[in-house]
Amino acid sequence: MITEVLIAPFTEFEFMRRALAAVIALSLGGAPIGVFLMLRRMSLVGDAMAHAILPGAAIGFLLSGLNLFAMTTGGLIAGFTVAILAGVVSRTTGLKEDASLATFYLASLALGVTIVSIKGTNIDLLHVLFGNILAMDDQTLLVVAFNATITLLVLAVIYRPLVIESVDPLFLRTVSRAGAPAHLAFLALVVINLVNGFQALGTLLAVGLMILPAGIARFWSRDITGMICIAVIAAVISGYAGLVLSFQTKVPSGPAIILVATVLYAGSVLFGSVGGVIRQMFPAPHLEA
Amino acid sequence: MAAQIQFRDVTLGYDRHPAVHHLNGEVPSGALLAIVGPNGAGKSTLFRGLVGILKPLAGSIATDGLDVRDIAYLPQTADIDRSFPISVFDLVGTGLWRATGFFGGIGKASREKIGQALAAVGLTGFENRAIGTLSGGQLQRMLFARVLLQDARLIVLDEPFNAIDAKTSADLLALIKRWHAEGRTVLAALHDMDLVRGNFPQTLLLAREPVAWATTSEVLTAENLLAARRMCEAFDDSAAPCVADDMPSQAA
Repeated sequence: MITEVLIAPFTEFEFMRRALAAVIALSLGGAPIGVFLMLRRMSLVGDAMAHAILPGAAIGFLLSGLNLFAMTTGGLIAGFTVAILAGVVSRTTGLKEDASLATFYLASLALGVTIVSIKGTNIDLLHVLFGNILAMDDQTLLVVAFNATITLLVLAVIYRPLVIESVDPLFLRTVSRAGAPAHLAFLALVVINLVNGFQALGTLLAVGLMILPAGIARFWSRDITGMICIAVIAAVISGYAGLVLSFQTKVPSGPAIILVATVLYAGSVLFGSVGGVIRQMFPAPHLEA
Repeated sequence: MAAQIQFRDVTLGYDRHPAVHHLNGEVPSGALLAIVGPNGAGKSTLFRGLVGILKPLAGSIATDGLDVRDIAYLPQTADIDRSFPISVFDLVGTGLWRATGFFGGIGKASREKIGQALAAVGLTGFENRAIGTLSGGQLQRMLFARVLLQDARLIVLDEPFNAIDAKTSADLLALIKRWHAEGRTVLAALHDMDLVRGNFPQTLLLAREPVAWATTSEVLTAENLLAARRMCEAFDDSAAPCVADDMPSQAA
């Protein structure tokens, strides 16, 4: 019975296996990015970027229908444009990054919805906004896996300057010029992973598989390595359980995944070993020194 | 001795308003120089210009053959995100950036060095503590440990003893003397005149413009200090452009 519910969907249906593979790839790439977004207080920036991708994807859609390659390329171009413009504006004018991003993403979102509604139907709009992880073909799956791999490689390259820039930016500025390139590379990774999640979860929820696992990890670990590992595990669990939930109950897959992550998040807020509510209500006795 | 730093008629400031006005002078290699002056005198601004995070409005600062990595800078208020989950050991370890860069490993020798630096500032046993749990004085000790590891030829300390207790100040002052003995050039902005008189051979008294720059006993006279106080923060929104640039140089 339990195997029937938990394992059979994946052994019997290929589309479920593809979806599982996709969600694991998304977790591996997106969760570490989410941890950095959270630690750099950029969680909502990730959300804003997700909206910024929309016009690019919509133009891709306009030109060649529901072709994921065209939409991905368009999304990447739009995302990079907004990320780099916002980054450049904030670094050259002293305007805070969130403020400059807010402007760009609002403009992008308006533009994106306009473009989709010029040509598409409401169903197209739904697909763009919420994605469909159950419709992964081979090519799409390869793109997702490729993007996740690139993410991990680039993150390894910029890891050290990124950490130092997060904790002590002035220090990094005085010893190295790697700060700005590392920051821009990080923004690029955010965009790549949003576009990646976009195919599975849609523009509105793509950021969910990045931010929610990071939030969960914050309640279980005090150091960044631990946080990244826990975030990846939490994302994979959410993805798997969300797919099962979706399969058994006909809840759409994207929202199912994010809802499972939300349940894990709520559990972490309550029971987390680092700053969880229960732990705070019943603290262990203090130490002698 | 060769000049390590040359200030060539340098003016530093914000939005065209000068905070340091027409400073000329040289700091010889291996000097131990105190920079004193009232609040708003331009001490921090001078340091920001020196380490290259503020571009001069006019003039130039020449640091003879020094790469950015040869300069260790301890800002007045460290811009550190104390909620970031990083241990004392790892943060001090970033002082080895010059040797490790992006990918260099932190091997056994480096670990020992970090341990020694922590011991030198009296933070042995704090290795695994998160930086957010340190007190203000402990944080300052940790930052000194990082400066120690940076192994820099020029060390710039902006009010390093602010809000620091006497014992910690004495410990950190001993480190400064050790750096001086090792032939490094050390510049420190300070407010404690007794500490300057007792420990720093050279002093620059700054009040937006240099008031005096010589041996400490010559500089820290009652008249000079009074003069510095009088040249207080004259920030005039409608100030006319400075014409000194157009006048023939009087220094020559």
